Amino acid sequence: MPALIDMIDQGRKIPHHRPWARAVVHSDVWRFAASQLAETHWLLLGLWGDTHAVHMALLEEGSTGIGVISLECADGRFPSVGQTHPPALRLERTIRDLFGLEPTAGPDPRPWLDHGWWGLRYPLGARVGHPIEGYSYDFLPSEGESLHQIAVGPVHAGIIEPGHFRFTANGETVVRLEERLGYVHKGIEGLMAGADLTMAARLAGRTSGDSTVAYGIAFARAAEAALDIAPPPRAVWLRALMAEIERLANHVGDIGAICNDAAFALMHAHCAILRERVLRAANECFGHRLMRDRALPGGVATDLEASGIACLRALVVEFRRRFPALVDLYDNTASLQDRTVGTGVLQPTLARQYACGGYVGRASGRNFDARRMPGYPPYDSLRFEVPLLEAGDVNARVWVRIREVEQSLSLIEQILNQLPGGPICADVARSGAGPREGVALVEGFRGDILIWLRLGGDGKVERCHLRDPSWFQWPLLEAAVEGNIVADFPLCNKSFNCSYSGHDL
Amino acid sequence: MAVILDFAAQVAQMLVVLLLAPLLTGFVRKIKARLLRRQGPPLIQPYRDLIWLLHKEVVLAENASWLFRVAPYLIFATTWVAAALVPTFGTGLMFSWTADLIAITALLASARFFLALAGMDVGTSFGGIGSSREMMIASLAEPAMMMIVFTLALMAGSTQLSTISGVMLSPEIGLRISLGLALLALIIVAIAENARIPVDNPATHLELTMVHEAMVLEYSGRHLAVLELAASLKLLLYVSLIICIFVPWGLVPTGAGHAGYVIGAAAYAAKLAAGGLLLALFETAIAKMRVFRVPNFLGAALMLGLLGTLLRFISRSL
Repeated sequence: MPALIDMIDQGRKIPHHRPWARAVVHSDVWRFAASQLAETHWLLLGLWGDTHAVHMALLEEGSTGIGVISLECADGRFPSVGQTHPPALRLERTIRDLFGLEPTAGPDPRPWLDHGWWGLRYPLGARVGHPIEGYSYDFLPSEGESLHQIAVGPVHAGIIEPGHFRFTANGETVVRLEERLGYVHKGIEGLMAGADLTMAARLAGRTSGDSTVAYGIAFARAAEAALDIAPPPRAVWLRALMAEIERLANHVGDIGAICNDAAFALMHAHCAILRERVLRAANECFGHRLMRDRALPGGVATDLEASGIACLRALVVEFRRRFPALVDLYDNTASLQDRTVGTGVLQPTLARQYACGGYVGRASGRNFDARRMPGYPPYDSLRFEVPLLEAGDVNARVWVRIREVEQSLSLIEQILNQLPGGPICADVARSGAGPREGVALVEGFRGDILIWLRLGGDGKVERCHLRDPSWFQWPLLEAAVEGNIVADFPLCNKSFNCSYSGHDL
Repeated sequence: MAVILDFAAQVAQMLVVLLLAPLLTGFVRKIKARLLRRQGPPLIQPYRDLIWLLHKEVVLAENASWLFRVAPYLIFATTWVAAALVPTFGTGLMFSWTADLIAITALLASARFFLALAGMDVGTSFGGIGSSREMMIASLAEPAMMMIVFTLALMAGSTQLSTISGVMLSPEIGLRISLGLALLALIIVAIAENARIPVDNPATHLELTMVHEAMVLEYSGRHLAVLELAASLKLLLYVSLIICIFVPWGLVPTGAGHAGYVIGAAAYAAKLAAGGLLLALFETAIAKMRVFRVPNFLGAALMLGLLGTLLRFISRSL
């Protein structure tokens, strides 16, 4: 089995692609990569289109190798990866919808993000097409006696993001769940093209509101890699601080929301109070409750004052005092445990096949955290553990969150203790001419966010791809729900808490 | 004069349950909110909601049949009659001879029958899910209820509520195991019948987990108002039922004067508030159970009822 780095060396290396190499390869190498993916020697980090090419980001575990391979599609076709590696299916359908590039022998000819409402086809492609006449969408059939379908959404009884779920059930047991997403497509990648760095960073921060810090950091790191500049140390530490605050707020909110879906509102109320404390502290320290637009290419927008440090220390103390009682409440409520233990089990093999990150992957035994591997500063000089569980049920996903909350508290303390001084933003004035490319993998609260960026000669964004961790978690939800009862779906769904906005882009 | 007073008392009872029902619902919601450290809506919010819904336009599904339109009124009427039959502040009311436990159970069963039909009428998947779950719950809750009725009837020699509460008030009844079993069973049945946690969640927005709410999901405007009121009435009915059978102290006996009615009303209000408080506490402390656990939960009620009946056969003193 050749190493990923060897394969990239065989191709035509692209200069100014940082920090990992990118190579243009032949279609047989592309097919070989697909076969390696199918055997899970390598893992798929992303698959995205360009005007005349497709790109694939690959991860080789163990050797910490990450690489991007590209295939030029002169005839508008490329060999399907999804044919042998199902995680690529929806990504390929998206490439077709946005760029009009056709996966050869692709197993699923249906559109994905394009719901026939755009008034055109292939909005980012070389040639924009006319909209499809008589658009229709067929769900996959399920055959058998006494099966019935339940259609849920995209408009739900609660105020949540839109997504359609088609259940085929036998009585109360789910036989198949099929998702349909794309209702909140905002065309972020289209808006990115031609935007300057400031505008593009703002767009990236609006991809998924709950991960705005992580997206901001990912975009900043991709841009800094492309421009080959280093942000000042204080900015790097402040970014990590914001990322951990964001993780803290989201995890605590999720723990409460999962319990609320089992009609245990008490936990929800207590967790909501804690989450609110975090958001207020963020507002006091950084001037925005969700810290949006605070991480910018070159550094951060707001410095942390001494009062902010005191505020965060008080927050950590309060959390340490109140959070263990909530964990006990969760662990000692038998009626709640009865709902979460053994519900929505995700098999570790599937988590690995889909390279599923975040708490979903870590609750199913996939030991991956972008802060560790590939790792980025300042996490190399911080002590933290990556919690890992094997059970893969709702309970395990709750426990991974609980452990990560504890880790985030410790990280916040460490960062506050070691925060270096100095400037908070470097100049991002362009150095060097010609197109430059950068890629970044950043751990958001949901999992690893991949951003790939190409800057043109004028310093504007030519192409930017943002891959939300939900791309590899949504399909697994379908698998985890199978065999459970219909009424347990909300609980499973909440424990995954995938992003609609980040996925639909 | 006596006839007029009796009639007035009967009418008052009918109106009291109708007017009090939303207040009890509002009270339970308020207590639950306070337990969660929230402010909660004002106590009169359910009344405001009803008025607001009555002013709203009714939106009907295209394929809704006449049954869908008639069902809310049928459900409301049967539930109201059933609720009005349960002695609240006094026993010796004009129509108390009709206040038969079996009649009340039958009235509620027919209300449920119409609700389940209405849930399936439009043909949405949620209505169907709700109806099928409701019927599963009913198939266990109703036999349990009958067992409770038998236990009480064996003790009091009658299924009439006035007589039963009279017997309960008499000094010779004392503490009995079978009564305790019946009380426990009745509480379980009441929780299941009123779609409360842990069987159903009245406040959920998750369509897939709903039971009662799924059946009324397609209703709007005055239809929904009437159904909401019927649901409130049913809650009041069950709380009143538990009160009048197991805590009958303060009930106004036949032919009492005005003062007696005042005391009876005050005692009823206090007992109702205590019932609402206990319900809110219980609901806050527990998570909802899986749909397939509900049969075990209700099966316990059925067994307790059966045990109570059997104990009565074995020994008169148990």
